[in-house]
Order: sequence, then structure tokens, then C-alpha cells
Amino acid sequence: MKIVYLDNNATTMPAKEVVEAMLPYYTERWGNPSSMHTFGGSLIKDIEGAREKIAALIGAKRTSEIVITSGGTESDNAAIMGTLLANPEKRHIITTKVEHAAVRNLCHSLEKRGYRLTEIDVDSEGMLDVDGLKKAITPDTAIVSVMWANNETGVISPIEEVAEICKEKGVVFHTDAVQAVGKVEIDVEKVPVDMLSASGHKLHGPKGIGFLYIRRGTKFYPFIIGGHHEMGRRGGTENVPGIIGLGKACELARNEMEKEKIFVKELRDRLEEGIIKSIPNTRINGNREKRLPNTTNISFENIEGEAILLMLNEFGICASSGSACTSGSLEPSHVLKAMNVPFSMAHGSIRFSLSRYNTQDEIDFVLEKMPAIINRLREISPLNSSQLGM
Amino acid sequence: MWNYSEKVMDHFLHPRNVGEIEDPDGFGEVGSLACGDALRLTFKLDESKRIKEVKFKTFGCASAIASSSALTELIKGKTLEEAEKITNKDIADYLGGLPEAKTHCSVMGREALIEAIKNYRSGKGKAQGEKKVIEGEVVCKCFGVTEKEILEAIRTNDLHTVEQVTNYTKAGGACGSCHPRIRELIKKVELEEAAKERQGKHMTNLQKIGLIQSVIEGDIRPALLKDRGDIELVDIDGNTVYVRLKGACSSCIAAQYTMKGFVEQTLKEKVSPEIKVEEVK
Repeated sequence: MKIVYLDNNATTMPAKEVVEAMLPYYTERWGNPSSMHTFGGSLIKDIEGAREKIAALIGAKRTSEIVITSGGTESDNAAIMGTLLANPEKRHIITTKVEHAAVRNLCHSLEKRGYRLTEIDVDSEGMLDVDGLKKAITPDTAIVSVMWANNETGVISPIEEVAEICKEKGVVFHTDAVQAVGKVEIDVEKVPVDMLSASGHKLHGPKGIGFLYIRRGTKFYPFIIGGHHEMGRRGGTENVPGIIGLGKACELARNEMEKEKIFVKELRDRLEEGIIKSIPNTRINGNREKRLPNTTNISFENIEGEAILLMLNEFGICASSGSACTSGSLEPSHVLKAMNVPFSMAHGSIRFSLSRYNTQDEIDFVLEKMPAIINRLREISPLNSSQLGM
Repeated sequence: MWNYSEKVMDHFLHPRNVGEIEDPDGFGEVGSLACGDALRLTFKLDESKRIKEVKFKTFGCASAIASSSALTELIKGKTLEEAEKITNKDIADYLGGLPEAKTHCSVMGREALIEAIKNYRSGKGKAQGEKKVIEGEVVCKCFGVTEKEILEAIRTNDLHTVEQVTNYTKAGGACGSCHPRIRELIKKVELEEAAKERQGKHMTNLQKIGLIQSVIEGDIRPALLKDRGDIELVDIDGNTVYVRLKGACSSCIAAQYTMKGFVEQTLKEKVSPEIKVEEVK
């Protein structure tokens, strides 16, 4: 069965060029960059080359500001823990109600260990309450962490505004940009973020690799302690093939950014508009303007997301859902909950996330299958003719 | 991804008996939108009072739909008395098993059936079709799960952890504030079960003495030895057990707690609820 992959916010297909760039570092050039001999030691130059490509994608002036990590989750943990350890007198953390688990669960666990946590609200369109954030900052605040773009809805935060507020108040600002890097333009020379997390496998790179941008002069205490790697900021022998692959993926993303903004957005809009037109009682979750070009989060009233996903799966269509049943927890997505999406809609939300490798034929295939799936489930649902326990 | 059996997928993709009977003899609805699943069950009886026709409508995930479909297949042709005896375990077994976190889906099917039967017996018909009436203490306020429902799930399915209870009933699945209460209910059933087992077999005096000795040697002493304490059985008179605490226990300020909270409690659970423990200095 042909796979129609519309789950690119979960992971992306590694680009052919990325895999090709990596292979020699498994088969021939497998040395340790820390070695004194040329066979290993010369790899430092290859790593530096990759680091330049990474820095270029986010507009960083210095490669020394890029710390390689094992991915988005480690970058987020390193940023927050590293800042708290470097500022032990400050005991307050500010974040938002819609963060990814890597930030959210870390902050909840820190709260249990005695830190004070403020989670800023979003409105019904998923837009951050910037005023609320401004008011929440106190002299005790160690770090503000706000995601650049939301993984479930694609909604883009007012990062520039938040960064300026933090700069003015002298608080460290971190952004989880895992979903944004490679999809929208990011320039850390223009937006004064202190730290920024990203992950390789979300931009057609390999899994198990990512980076944390740390602006020069930001106080930071290493989160993983070991050798002198990454200028003493992250111990562990370099994942050389991963770094090379990440570098290649960043280079490709930079070259393809225009395509992402126009071609991918067109496909997304075609899918979204097609669904709304052919299926009644749907809604788009999140602000439609300030949004990643590849993501749409659509709710189908009175049916449940997991059931939709499994029916799509029968046709090889890959998507995901914020419904309770898919996660193993019993509550629908915390993001939709923070946005006050009504229950009748929250349980039936589906996220389609596209990439530059999708085609119009694939989108049309989904549009052809979708109405029958939704109709079938609505026929089975008891909620259309009488409302239960609202 | 959930590991659904082929039978679950079959009943999800091709559910049997979907719909609603226009003029049913029994009508039951459970669940709500807030919970994320809901089920409506209608049935009609034949002259011999057997279920002739049954239909369902379900809002929920794949396993909720498959469980509803399985239930309708299971109860067709049965009398109401027979149908009542079907447990959520029968539904799960029929489907070749359900992932543990999904067992509450099969519970919902059974609840709807019970509601429908109640509705039939009340003679009220569809117009008066009642929603589930909440009886007794609501333990889980997030999902509206009562003490009665939790106790029933624990008893039917031999549950021993909060996680299992959540999987079967949803109780405790959201804010978690009812976890201590759920733990109490599990303990309550465990004690009941242990007592039932003992009532089943009448012990002679010799058997009781043997059991007390083996519990002290096998369960109590090893635990005390770990803390460099020790215990000695001095005498048994009826249901009163006389013991002497030794080693670190003899000078321990928590010895009184050890006696009542641990030694006596263990013997009550494993031998008989009537056991009393007295310390001999």
C-alpha cells in the first residue's frame, strides 16, 4: 500500500542527500574527533563545516554558539536546567500552557522540587497572553521559555515581542523552536533570544541529533557533564554522522525555505479548504494567519480522533490526533484544553502536517477518502440526534 | 500505537448491529462527551422474552466501537437474565483481549446494557429513557465514577493497582486527587477476599497454630530481621497471640507501632480478623 505521510510534525523523511552525506562517516571516516591522529582528529573540520550550516539556518554569527545535543528534548532540558544551575538564587520559571512535553513535564517536575512555576494562558486561537507574561516576570525569575511554534496547531508565538520584553527585564529567554526551524525564517541576530532548541529529525535530518543555540554571554552550566566536547558545555563523543546529517538537513532547509512557504502552504490550504467544504461541523483549531505553513489541526464534531486515524490508516494515510484515546491518558490534548476548544470538538481533532515531499495527488487522495470516513463514524455516533450529559 | 487484536479491528471496521431500534423494549445510554465516549443501546424482545434484536450507537475510539459491537453479538438470542450475567471480561475475551488502558471501553458496553434492562423493567419505554443515575459517593469527580462502580470493577476483574482501576473505569485518569481513595477501595476488597477465603475453610486449632507459626516465620520475622530486630512466639490462647520482641525491637521506640500496625495487622490479614497480639516483656 502506498503511504501518504502527513505526520511531519512527528517526524520527517530523512532527505536522500542527508543519508548520502552521512554514509561515509559510518563506513570510512568513523574515527573519534578528539584523537591526536589525523584519521580521527581531522573530523573536527567536518564537524565545524556542519556547524556553520546549522548556524547559517538560524542566522547565528558564531559557530561557537551552537551546542550539539541528542535532540529537542535534551536541548530543552539543557537550556532550562543549565540556566537554573547557573543562577541558583533564582527560583521562578515562566512558561506557557501549550508547551511540548519536553518543557512542560520538566517544569512540572521542577515545580514539585520547589521551584515556582507560572504557565501563561493562550486565547481561543492559541495566541499567547503577552501582557500576562510581562506581568509575571519578577526579580526571582530565572528563565522564560516559550515555544516558537506549537507542534499540535502550528500557531506561531509572538517571539520577537517576548524576547524584547525579556531583554528589557534582564531575564534569560529560551525558545523551543523544534517545529519552527526549517519551516519559517529564524534570525537570532534580529530576535534577541538567548537560547533556542532544535531537532534534526523534524527537518528531514536524522533522529537522535539536535542543537541548542546559546547566545554568547549567556550564563550556562552544562547539563551533561563529561569530556571537553562542545567547549565543555556537553560531554560525550560527537555523533559524527548525525552532525554531518544535521548540517546537510539545515543547508537543504535553508535552500528550500521559499518552497516550504509557498508550495507546502498551498497544499495545506488545499487540504484544509477541501475538508471544510465537503464535511459539515468541522473547525480549524488555532489562529489561521499566524501559523506554520505545513500544519492544520481540524476538529470533527461528535466523533473521536483515534477512530478517524485508524480508518485513515486503512488507506495508508498517516496523521495524528490530540484525542485522549491515542495517548493512553484519558484527557484530550492540553493544547486544545488551554484554548477552551469545546469537548464535542476536542475529542475529534486530527493534525495533518505536510512537507515539501508531499504532492497534490496525495492531498486529493485524502480529500476523496475523508468524507466517507467521517460520515461512517458519525452514523455510528449517538451524539448527533441527542446530546448526552453536556 | 495500540496493539489491537484482529478481532478488535474487524469489529471496529465492520461493526455489527449499528443503529437504533425505533420502538425498543429497552433503551440505555451511558457516558458523555466530556468523558470522550458515549453509548446508546436499544433492544427488542421476542415472545419467549429473548433478545430478538439489538442495536448500538457509540461515540469513542476503535476499542469502544468494537466492544459495543461485540456486546450486541454476545447478547443476541439471550434472555435478559442471561444477558445480565455477561461481564466486561466476557466482552474483552470475545475480542481476543483489549489493551489494558482500553478496558474501560468494554465496561461502558455492559453499563449501557444494564441501563437498558432497567429501563425495560421499569416499563417506561424510550421516552423515559434514563441516563445513568449516580448512586452513592462519587470518587472520581473528573469522570463521575462512583464508589459502587469502582468496587464492582475491582471485584469482577481482580484489580490490585490504581492504574488498573483507571484502565477499567477511567477513575483517577485526570487530576489524580482520588488515588488515595481508590487505594483504600482496593485494600477493602483485598481484605474482604482474604476473609472470604478463610471462611471457606474451617480451621482446627492445630491448623490455626500452624498457620500463625508459619506467618511469623515466613512473613513477620524476615521483615523485622532486616531492621536488626526479631520476634519470638511465646503462646497462643484462642485468638490471642503472645509474642516477645527481641534484638533492636526490644528497645525501639516504635515497637508499639510494630506490634499493632505490623505484627497484628499481618496476622489479621493472613490468619483471621479476630487475632489479637499481646506483647510479653
